[in-house]
Amino acid sequence: MASIEMKNIVKKYGDGFPAVNDISLDIADGEFMILVGPSGCGKSTLLRMIVGLEDITSGDMVIGGTRVNDKAPRDRNLSMVFQNYALYPHMSVYENIAFPLRLAKTPDDQVDRLVKEAADVLELHEHLERKPANLSGGQRQRVAMGRAIVRQAEAFLFDEPLSNLDAKLRGQMRTEIARLQRRLGITTVYVTHDQTEAMTLGDRVCVLRKGSIQQVASPRELYEQPVNLFVAGFIGSPPMNFLPATVEGSSLRTPFGAIELDERRAAAVAGHELLLVGIRPEYFEDASLVDDAKKHVGTTFTAKVDVTEWLGDQQYAYIPYEAPDQIRTRLRDLSKELDSEELRTQAIVSIDSTSRIREGREAEFWLDLRKVHVFDPETGENLTRDAEAGAELTRMANEDREEQVAEAAGGLTGERSTGAA
Amino acid sequence: MSTKEKTGWIIGGVLIVVYCLAPIAWIVSLSFKAPSDLANGSFLPTTPTGENYGLILNGSASDLFLPALRNSFGICLIATFISCVLAMFAAYAIARLDFPGKKFILGTALAVAIFPVISIVTPLFNLWRNIGLYDTWPGLIIPYLSLTLPLSIWTMSAFFREIPWEMEQAAQVDGATTWQAFRKVIVPLAAPGVFTTAIIAFFIAWNDFVYGISLTSTEASRPVPAALGLFSGASQFEDPTGAIAAAAVIVTIPVVVLVLVFQRRIVAGLTNGAVKG
Repeated sequence: MASIEMKNIVKKYGDGFPAVNDISLDIADGEFMILVGPSGCGKSTLLRMIVGLEDITSGDMVIGGTRVNDKAPRDRNLSMVFQNYALYPHMSVYENIAFPLRLAKTPDDQVDRLVKEAADVLELHEHLERKPANLSGGQRQRVAMGRAIVRQAEAFLFDEPLSNLDAKLRGQMRTEIARLQRRLGITTVYVTHDQTEAMTLGDRVCVLRKGSIQQVASPRELYEQPVNLFVAGFIGSPPMNFLPATVEGSSLRTPFGAIELDERRAAAVAGHELLLVGIRPEYFEDASLVDDAKKHVGTTFTAKVDVTEWLGDQQYAYIPYEAPDQIRTRLRDLSKELDSEELRTQAIVSIDSTSRIREGREAEFWLDLRKVHVFDPETGENLTRDAEAGAELTRMANEDREEQVAEAAGGLTGERSTGAA
Repeated sequence: MSTKEKTGWIIGGVLIVVYCLAPIAWIVSLSFKAPSDLANGSFLPTTPTGENYGLILNGSASDLFLPALRNSFGICLIATFISCVLAMFAAYAIARLDFPGKKFILGTALAVAIFPVISIVTPLFNLWRNIGLYDTWPGLIIPYLSLTLPLSIWTMSAFFREIPWEMEQAAQVDGATTWQAFRKVIVPLAAPGVFTTAIIAFFIAWNDFVYGISLTSTEASRPVPAALGLFSGASQFEDPTGAIAAAAVIVTIPVVVLVLVFQRRIVAGLTNGAVKG
């Protein structure tokens, strides 16, 4: 087990294009770090540089206090789960898991014990003699993980390990990975483009864009205090709505009526003309269903609903709005960058599933103003980010993690002592 | 498939098989005919006889045939082995590594493979005589390598390209050196490709006639195809057709056996299940 430190890591390909540009990131011992971003953001390249499959153009990669830039993958003692599992098809499941041990010339009885242990953890016992070709996708995934956990590696690296599984299995394996990491307490770096995985698995999440770090923070901080338009748009599903706004004193004029800002936020936006207001879908509600006690922290407005989607536990309404051309192009660029295709400017609004709001009609909505953020459309910067509140969220997440790790360690020693008895 | 289509396919298949096997059947039948029976005008011998086989295995032609058989086996196996080993490394480099002149190597290999043998055999004859390789095993192995190596490199690099890169990277992360990854992961996965290549290389060497007849003069190195051409009848009025047919049957047997034995390995898709399914 070891910490991973990256100092000013740069990766340039032959044509001089920087796939990874000046990244500095510290991953603590035992931490679960997620690298996330749209395709082509350099997250996989960064992971492959950690494991040594990709050369580092400049910068320092330090694992467990040793600089590993010039070490071959086999000397770094990391284990990796590949996107397509990369199981050895000519070997049985047993030999696949035992492969790293065999290479390390481990004695046979010890190999047998370690493989059986790994198989126990991953419930692979009845499959040990089978060939990978005869296994299902989820079983192959578990074999790949078995190969990773069988030896005492410094860290686990995952390269989009769940992207080849179907949705149901993905959910199961996700919790399985989280449980395993907590139990073993091993430093883990996990690359994904799926933000559900990013939000649920990580102690901290590192959002990358075009080879640069945008923000490194706990999932909660990313969600509630995003540093810029890119992070705000990337984290959250359905995504955050961005409405054009103009400043008028201490309030903002938006297509959905005026938004009154508190002092801190009003001061932050002063001096700007055209702005973008970022509102999460769940900050909206059907006005008729809002508790009176809560109503005063928000504002109400009426708008025509284009489409509604009823999903049982929740309901979404789509409200189109007009935006100036400048904002329109900015939003189109952003959605392109986020791998999505936004065709029209519309707000996605989450309303209670019991709401009787219907398509094509005017309806009254309520908007919670407490967590609304304001962005500068030119730079993308979040003008109203509360850094302290964000840091507090990450600090709390850290405490939770330490507690869990300690608990897992306690549980593990407990298990062992009973096993010995 | 309807019954009509099915019978169509069966008839078509039978026609092709008959067309392909007819010459072989004819040679087999010829090999069992006595000299006086050769021109009997019918497909089957009137009285089947093992006389021809006796002639080439124990009789007067055995001096010519048996050493040639030994030469052919030795030379072809050595040439196949060397070309497979060399081609394996070359193909791996071509499939995996990025180095200047990669295209040039592949292009040259192809050019050599399609170069007409007959045009280099005369200079080679002179050169071999001068440096003492004429009528020796290496004197045939070297030209055979020039025939088999380009083809082997091409076939094997195609097979190596099919093996996912990740296999090897996974092995490296698991603690293997490049050589260990190659030996324990790549070679077993490439085995069907290696066998296919070996068989093709063996056939090319086994079937060669031009080098065999031109670069040899005695039983020290003369291969079977060349020896067949030198058979003579008991007298100059007698045709050696029966003996040649018998010898042809015998040299066909190893080829057929080879294909039947390795057929499964050639066809087997060993990479199944390596990656997502």
